[in-house]
Amino acid sequence: MLKINNLHASVEDKAILRGINLEVNPGEVHAIMGPNGSGKSTLAAVIAGKEEYEVNEGEILLYDQNIDELSAEERAHKGIFMSFQYPVEIPGVSVTNFMKTAINETRKAKGLPDMPANEMLKMIREKSEMLEIDRKFLSRSLNEGFSGGEKKRNEIFQMAMLEPKLAILDETDSGLDIDALRIVANGVNKLKSKDNAVIVITHYQRLLDHIVPDFVHVLYDGRIVKSGGKELAHELEEKGYDWIKEEVNA
Amino acid sequence: MAFENLVDVDSPVHDVRSKAIKTFEAQGFPSKRDEEWKYTSLNSVLKHDYSVFPKHENAIEYNDVKKYFIHDIDTYKIVFIDGKYSSHLSQTTHDGIDVCLMSSALTKPKYKILIDNYFNKIATKDSFSSLNTAFSQEGAYIHIPKNKLAPKPIQIVHFSTGSEEALMLQPRNLIVVDENSHVQIIERHQSLTDNPVLTNSVTEIYANKRAIVDYYKIQNDNKNASLIDSTFINQKQESVASVHTFSFGGKLTRNNLNFYQNGERIDSTLKGVTIIGDKQHVDHNTLVHHIEPNCESHQDYKGIFGDNATGVFNGKVLVNKEAQKTNAFQANNNILLSDKASINTKPQLEIFADDVKCSHGCTIGQLDENAMFYMRSRGIPEKEAKALLMYAFSNNVLSSVKIPEIKQRITKIIATKLGVKIGFDL
Repeated sequence: MLKINNLHASVEDKAILRGINLEVNPGEVHAIMGPNGSGKSTLAAVIAGKEEYEVNEGEILLYDQNIDELSAEERAHKGIFMSFQYPVEIPGVSVTNFMKTAINETRKAKGLPDMPANEMLKMIREKSEMLEIDRKFLSRSLNEGFSGGEKKRNEIFQMAMLEPKLAILDETDSGLDIDALRIVANGVNKLKSKDNAVIVITHYQRLLDHIVPDFVHVLYDGRIVKSGGKELAHELEEKGYDWIKEEVNA
Repeated sequence: MAFENLVDVDSPVHDVRSKAIKTFEAQGFPSKRDEEWKYTSLNSVLKHDYSVFPKHENAIEYNDVKKYFIHDIDTYKIVFIDGKYSSHLSQTTHDGIDVCLMSSALTKPKYKILIDNYFNKIATKDSFSSLNTAFSQEGAYIHIPKNKLAPKPIQIVHFSTGSEEALMLQPRNLIVVDENSHVQIIERHQSLTDNPVLTNSVTEIYANKRAIVDYYKIQNDNKNASLIDSTFINQKQESVASVHTFSFGGKLTRNNLNFYQNGERIDSTLKGVTIIGDKQHVDHNTLVHHIEPNCESHQDYKGIFGDNATGVFNGKVLVNKEAQKTNAFQANNNILLSDKASINTKPQLEIFADDVKCSHGCTIGQLDENAMFYMRSRGIPEKEAKALLMYAFSNNVLSSVKIPEIKQRITKIIATKLGVKIGFDL
């Protein structure tokens, strides 16, 4: 599904990614861990198509198509979704209206007519119940005045509504208490299927207790320096990142 | 001036007119040397040779202009074509309330007391208003007597047909809302061709004790149409008046909006959304004069300027020494979409009372790039994301519009203007 070959990327001439190789197949869950500043969020943003980041070398293939020239919205239409570490507040646009616009614009890009209103309402009801979101919450302005936990839950709600092929969760666990973490993780697990894939970007093991990864990658200084199974996450939780840094620097 | 022989010398307001002509002659048109016109140049507007009294009478079919009306609700209509009343397109009334013509109010004896009491009493003696007082022949006359609720909104629409090469219009409206009465008014100026039009409109509104007046100005005219709009509102105690101005079209638009609070516990609202591009210019010049204690005023103007568009916001709040416990709020937020667009914003607070709450804030910024990426990453294309952000930016102003059909119309104009098709049913 996703194939990243020797990806180098920079922002304002500062090299951040220095040769990433990663392959994600349908049905898989990948965790990307690493110390602060290693390039985790940059990797997510580059895949999602943030324009400030420049790809200097290498390629990102989605279903064997190079997506380098595609805009963020075109990538979304192809099934890429990124849950933001810091979801943006948009006063004046309700959650519901935002979702309606996003879904119908995606359908329009695929040559489909708008989703009928009753179908949309039914879907909103189902997905919000799954994530234990109060209905009143949906008529509020997007992320405005939301608590950290509400913002993250709202991100997963949007993911549930958009049904992406590839979901990238960028530090979705930060700012979540244990109950919210469980709700969010349950939501992600329910949305998992053999046709879609999830990349979980996190600092900590705790989210991975709930969303169990098939592969764990350690990102350090813009490269994936170690990959393994879920036991690697436990090892990192126990020993921290210093031994990885030593291994790399040796 | 040779126009003297074209106006009706027998009119009871003949003296008022003669004085106004002299006032205008003494002042001439304002220039950028005048502090109040520092950022608005009239050169490009005044270069045309305007006909002041059109030679032809022109008719229009309703279906051709239906789209310029709020047509999905029942309303009274006072419609003018090239400055002349169109009975064909209008729907007036004398049933309990008066919704009719300025020309008849100025000539028929039964309106004399009202005219004597209210005509040209609060309009300032500035150059454009004087010009209007001198030459205006027509406009809307609305009188809502005590304890009456106007049963439906009233639309005042001025069309210009382009039959003259360049036309100057001088509409004059008088609106008197007596004690405990309520009226909603929608005003629009629309040219039907690209021939230059200059409209110099003056509206005097009297909101007497406990009256409620909601006034909406929809400004979406063609690219060679300019508008100088001077609106004066005198409020008596416990009255509530609001003016919403939506400026999207036209070449040059100047809105002089003046509120005078002559009583206690008055509430005044002045709101506007301006979205312009090309070389368009919109200038909001507001005044709220707090004369007596315990009153409130709320100003909220949002502007979005693209291309080479220019904007001005000059908001004056005057609080007299006697006007203690005044609450006056003013906000002017702007987004510049291009390097060549500009806005001059100037709050002017003159406060002589010591126990008041007055606040003002102006911001000038760009569209939030993070918000753009966030929306686009969810599949909303750039143009639509921009539109949604701009709509959201304007939403504070739209949310206080009390007639849903106006809100729908405005959102549709915004969507058309931004070239998007999205239903903003927020």
